[in-house]
Amino acid sequence: MITRRRFLIVTGSAFAAITLTASQIEKVLAAFAAPAIDQQKVKWGMVIDLKKFNELPPNKRKRVYDVCRDIHNIPVFPNAKDRVEWIWPADFEHTFPSQFNQFLPEEIESLEVPILCNHCENPPCTKVCPTGATWKRGDGIVAMDYHRCIGCRYCMAACPYGMRSFNWRDPRPFIKKINTSYHTRTKGVVEKCTFCVERLEKGMQPACVETSEGSFIFGDLNSLESEITKVLKEHYSIRRKPDLGTEPKLYYLI
Amino acid sequence: MIEYAIRGGKYYWSWIAFLAIIIALGGISYYYQYQNGLTVTGMSKEVSWGLYIGNFTFLVGVAASAVMVVLPAYLYNYKKFKRVTTIGEFLGASAVIMCILFILVDLGRPDRVLNLVLNPRPTSVMLYDFIVLSVYFLLNLVIAWTVLAYKEKNKGYTTWLKILIFIAIPWAISIHTVTAFLYGGLVGRPFWNTALMAPRFLAGAFASGPSLLIISLLAIRRYTNFDPGYDAIKKIGDIVAFAMVTNLFMIGAELFTVFYSAHPHHLEYFTYILFGIKEGGWVYARFVPWMWTSLILGIAAAIMLIVPKVRNEPKYLAIACGIVFISIWMEKGIGLIVPGYIPSQWGPVVEYWPTIPESLIALGVWGVGILVFTVLAKVAIGVTLEGEKIEEEVVEEEEVVEEVVEEVVEEGKEYRCELCDAVFTNLDECCEHAEKEHKIAKASCDMACVEVAPAEKQYKCELCDAVFTNLDECCEHAEKEHKIAKASCDMVCAEVEE
Ligand code: SF4
Ligand code: SF4
Repeated sequence: MITRRRFLIVTGSAFAAITLTASQIEKVLAAFAAPAIDQQKVKWGMVIDLKKFNELPPNKRKRVYDVCRDIHNIPVFPNAKDRVEWIWPADFEHTFPSQFNQFLPEEIESLEVPILCNHCENPPCTKVCPTGATWKRGDGIVAMDYHRCIGCRYCMAACPYGMRSFNWRDPRPFIKKINTSYHTRTKGVVEKCTFCVERLEKGMQPACVETSEGSFIFGDLNSLESEITKVLKEHYSIRRKPDLGTEPKLYYLI
Repeated sequence: MIEYAIRGGKYYWSWIAFLAIIIALGGISYYYQYQNGLTVTGMSKEVSWGLYIGNFTFLVGVAASAVMVVLPAYLYNYKKFKRVTTIGEFLGASAVIMCILFILVDLGRPDRVLNLVLNPRPTSVMLYDFIVLSVYFLLNLVIAWTVLAYKEKNKGYTTWLKILIFIAIPWAISIHTVTAFLYGGLVGRPFWNTALMAPRFLAGAFASGPSLLIISLLAIRRYTNFDPGYDAIKKIGDIVAFAMVTNLFMIGAELFTVFYSAHPHHLEYFTYILFGIKEGGWVYARFVPWMWTSLILGIAAAIMLIVPKVRNEPKYLAIACGIVFISIWMEKGIGLIVPGYIPSQWGPVVEYWPTIPESLIALGVWGVGILVFTVLAKVAIGVTLEGEKIEEEVVEEEEVVEEVVEEVVEEGKEYRCELCDAVFTNLDECCEHAEKEHKIAKASCDMACVEVAPAEKQYKCELCDAVFTNLDECCEHAEKEHKIAKASCDMVCAEVEE
């Protein structure tokens, strides 16, 4: 709530305040009214078709990362060590160290691999959080509560994939253009990809999936009918560090 | 009792002032960090724990010093340690204060720290670490304070105090174990993910904590008129020697496993700390000199400590302990935390080095700890010295009475072995006999050998076991043979109890 209240102060307009609160109340009501997705039945997962993704021109690939940054109010800091990222490009060798060998075909070795939180089925990050500020929801999404996080960064130590970011400084002045329908974070808390829960609730696909021109597939891993399970059944897929037993729900096709 | 803390000379107050300046600098830096966020530190997305957590980890080890002296003193009733237990416990409590402060300054949202209590998550090791540390802190403080209060009033220990003391011993082990589990339990960090973590931690802790205790005790001996007794210091030195060797052994075992089996997951990190790694045409080796210095210092200190002649000489012991302390601070501090993050989980190698504000904050926390320890030690010394003055007066009176008795029965003192009724003219002979004939350890030969004649006081030089019939003789001997000032000869010349 603090974030919203702060935002109101920034806008400084009582009128804006009234409309915003009203629209929020509407949203909350809508959420109650909409036929809720049964959190216990679905299990969200994602497949990234690396070949398809790499066939996209660079500006379209960049768009995938940028759209996440823009809608989620992710700051861009001048100093690289302060980076906050939810999804970003990595190389094949380091993303899949145990799949790598010196004779890999050039087109595989040079693949650009988008990495984001794997929403592990056995998330080591949630287990260690002393306050329960991060937890796995019934639908398998590993969520964050920015109001409870104390910023101990134990979860960052625990994530075997390095997918969490810490707000080393106040992010707000470094957000290009604030998306007023999404929250901003304060300095001192950890954040990461949420599989766009806010969009899922509205029946939409995650933003990166929508902009990926079909190279990302998102869906319910529990349903045999869904596209994602079909694709996974038909293709050989790999996951990051599967030997750790974390059971990532993010699959890659090569 | 607390009044001893505000009674002090010039040196005491200048020391306090010096600490106050360091703390103030740390405080200002912390304010700066609080305003700007942890970006003012050297930590990054890749290396998200650094100097603070490193020092925290190391200091958990130092907190062990308390139990190292409490254990023999209370469990085996080892009298020589009794003079130093309070100081050990206060050192432990001060170390725990530093631990908690280091965690606090590392938090992104210290204002929400109560969430630990309000919304605890039972699967988090950090929660348990927080609990065991807080309880350990309270235990040490309560025990040490009560012991002092009793000393002041010349009272014996009550049962509840004894129970607390016994709880504190396993508790000290638990704080190390839980802290080690904090790191050892993370599947994603192969550098930490080893079962050896907890034992290595304990070994390191039992070397670094008692080292610091020895250094403090030697400093106290030198700069105050309180003498903790060199015997106790020597015994703690033995502990440091054992622990340091064990610690090195475990490091060796770890290195063998990593380098011989050469599993890349583990190898990467150890290669980074010992030889540096190449990545994209760059060599990353910032920690190489750091780790080698620590290793070489550790080995040098272990060799110094193994040789009894060196270990038993206060000057060299102090040096060896200083080296142990530095070596372990480097290795179990940031040397243990930072390499766990390098190389990062998805490829890039980002190194870490603390910034100036970060270092000042860390120094400030050390300043707080040292200040707390100084004040508590001052109280402990004050109370102990005061208590002894009273005791000495009592003893002197007794001596006068006994001298009279001595004159009457000059001779005829004999010791009888209760088991076979053999009679000896001195206790040592009897003890030797008891050991040989009845397999009774010399230490407990007073069980078998009883004085037959009326009690006569004897003084034994604890350093060479020579026996004297009066204190002065013994003191003279101590001065001549062992270079111990007459003023403190009561440390070596112990009255032999009948
Ligand atoms: S990828 Fe990391 S942050 Fe995401 S669920 Fe797995 S362990 Fe947690
Ligand atoms: S940084 Fe926040 S989310 Fe991460 S473990 Fe600590 S309290 Fe939990």
